Formats: sequence, structure tokens, C-alpha cells
Amino acid sequence: MRIQINLGSLRRIKWHEYLTRFVLGGAVTVATGLIARSYGPVVGGLFLAFPAIFPASATLLDKHEREKKRRAGIPHTIRGRLAAALDARGAAMGAVALTAFALLVWKLLPLYNAALVLIAALGLWLALATFIWRLRKLHVYLSRRRTAPPSHST
Amino acid sequence: MLWIYRFFLGGAIVSLFAVTGDVLRPKGFAGLFAAAPSVALATLTLTLLNDGKAYAATEARSMMVGAIAFLVYALACVYLMAKKHFKAAPTTLTMLGVWGICAFGLWSLLLK
Repeated sequence: MRIQINLGSLRRIKWHEYLTRFVLGGAVTVATGLIARSYGPVVGGLFLAFPAIFPASATLLDKHEREKKRRAGIPHTIRGRLAAALDARGAAMGAVALTAFALLVWKLLPLYNAALVLIAALGLWLALATFIWRLRKLHVYLSRRRTAPPSHST
Repeated sequence: MLWIYRFFLGGAIVSLFAVTGDVLRPKGFAGLFAAAPSVALATLTLTLLNDGKAYAATEARSMMVGAIAFLVYALACVYLMAKKHFKAAPTTLTMLGVWGICAFGLWSLLLK
């Protein structure tokens, strides 16, 4: 499956939804700093991987899918919840890559230029997350092929 | 003043990753960006400027534990929404408690 960019989806998002995510992101970053200041970097560091944006993203996805179905005349649907679950599955794969991001920063930051280490860690996060996602796609494809009934050609 | 910078930098980076997730398809791939290191990038950048590399590296070590807790949190959300068909908003918010239990449980076992 190809990865695509769909700028049209930005039109469906309302300005207050952008604002909510901005405020949430800012608030969590400030809260992380305050926790680190009060309890030290060991406790504060835990919150660098706090799911700050995920609840808002999943709720928006659920809401948009339900609205789409309601406009199509289907008032009750679980499609929104399934879309949010798909988002959560992606987040789980991203979280594995997030662990690698943190490991790289922890090990390399004391030795090398800080900006380069952060850029390299971000690159590693993206590459590893994409690799895990592709691996899962391949696994799903192979599982379906194995369980599909054999086709009869004439 | 530092806290205002922190707020705007955190908001901007989180929004950037969120918008990236919004425009990408398929949805499963876009979901990766829900676990992007957005808060980490904002926080570590400011920590490096104010407290130095050793402090930031200590935060990164703890972040590994937080990320493992994020994985458990995300899998719990998948199970409840895909299998039990729970609504997204209450599920993702209440499961933050699972993140907290995992993060502080692992912290007390490994880092305390």
C-alpha cells in the first residue's frame, strides 16, 4: 500500500480543533517542565512520552467518521471507533520507535553535537516506525494469502 | 518568560506532527504520528539550552520507560475500541491511567 498525502482532509478540521491541539501540546510541554523542576529529570523524563495528542486525535477521528456516516444516512455506526482503533494501532507502532528515539538520545547526547543527535533520533524514529508499519502490512498480506481458498483457473 | 516559550514551542511542534498525521493516508500509517516525539523534541531542546546535556540525557533515559508505557496504553486502546467497540473519547482519556500505572510502576522497578 502506498503512502499518500491528502491535503483535502485539512479542510474538514475546524479552527477550534487546531487550537485545542496547540493548547494541549503547549500545556503538556509546560507541565513536563514543571514536573522535572519539582521532582527532577528522572520523573520529568517519563512525561516526554506522555500520550499528549493521541486522545484528541482519536476523538476527532471518531467524530469525523460518525459525521460522514450520518451525512450518508447511517445514524448508528461503529466505524468511527474502528478508525480510532486503527489510529491507536499506528500509535503502538510509533511508541516502539519512540523507545528507540529515547535510547539513541540517552546514549549519544553526552558524546556528540546535541542538534545532530536530535535530528538523527528523529530520523531513526520515522524510519523504524515506517519499517514496523510495513512489516505488519506484509504480515497481514501473507496471512490473508495463506488463509484464502485456492482459485480455480480454467 | 521561559514558560511562555515552552508553551508556544510545545504547541507548535505538537501541532506540526498532528497536521502531518492528518494529511497522511492510509490511516494506520498516519497513526504513527500520534506517537511522534513532539513533546520530547520541544522539551529536550529547551532543557539542552538551560540545563545541559547530562540533564537532558537523564530525561531521555526515563523517556524510554514512558514510551513502553505508551505502547501498553495504545494496545489497551486498540483492544477496547476494536474489540469492545468503546467510544474513543472516554477510552483514550481513562486509559491514560494505564499509562500512569505502567510508567510509574516501571520507574519504581528500574529507575528509582
